[in-house]
Amino acid sequence: MGATGHSHDHDQHDCRRYLDGLSDYVDGTLGEELCRELEAHMAECENCRVVVNTLTKTITLYHQLPSPVMPDTVKERLYTVLDLKPFYHPAASDAQADTDQPG
Amino acid sequence: MDTSDEAVLVARLQAGDQAAYAQLVEEHAGRIYRLALRMMGNEADAEDVLQETFLSAFKSIDTFQARSSLSTWLYRIASNVALMRLRRNEPVQVSVDEPLERDDGELIPRQFFDFCCLPEEELVRDEVRQEMKRAVEELPPSLRSVFVLRDIEELSTSETADALDLSISAVKSRLMRARLKLRERLSLYFSHGSISTETR
Ligand SMILES: [Zn+2]
Repeated sequence: MGATGHSHDHDQHDCRRYLDGLSDYVDGTLGEELCRELEAHMAECENCRVVVNTLTKTITLYHQLPSPVMPDTVKERLYTVLDLKPFYHPAASDAQADTDQPG
Repeated sequence: MDTSDEAVLVARLQAGDQAAYAQLVEEHAGRIYRLALRMMGNEADAEDVLQETFLSAFKSIDTFQARSSLSTWLYRIASNVALMRLRRNEPVQVSVDEPLERDDGELIPRQFFDFCCLPEEELVRDEVRQEMKRAVEELPPSLRSVFVLRDIEELSTSETADALDLSISAVKSRLMRARLKLRERLSLYFSHGSISTETR
């Protein structure tokens, strides 16, 4: 799969020109014109195709990383430090509810 | 929580209502702990950051303005606490804040192994996830904070900017650098991994 040898004779400067836009591109926020240019470039440049694919995959893998859950012992100590001990109850019952709430 | 519920909670907090304090902790401690753990890389430091964040939030709740949400406000306090601790721990010669003008050379992709085509079970192994966590922990803190908020906690660009007191363009530029570094590192990791699997 590795495209170690650049088979095309285009300049690596071309690739560098798009580097700044790759992150916006995978977020879908790159300007329309740059987006078209980059896609035209990718059609001819395997390296940039691989970089875009693996960049997207990298972000997906991080999105899928399981969220660490705060242990009850940590929660209990927090309530104690904050002088809220009477309000403390273990999180076990609502652990799932807490795992994936967006801000 | 919708904005009117939040306004009520803020009013109760500012009036010193203990139950409101407990509600704030109940609703946000889990997320703040996750951020702290990703930033600090170990549970003991994460717990310190968690406690310091809420202590500091309680102390400054009077100055809270509804310009941002409570959630973003807490993220901001927690990020500051974490970054301050990381600064304290770093050897003096290592700057926590990378210079803004960056060295393009270090960002140029060098790994072109297309690990997308690996079987999904290869990509989500425990060992891979450990490597992913290590990779984040080894990012410079200024990039790490942006990456954790944007790509792990999945805040928007503007929420991240707000939480870290950065401009939108600074968030985008740091996110780009973080992502490219992580992509590079994972590519290298998977290219080695797959060689050893293939030769088995
Ligand atoms: Zn290219």
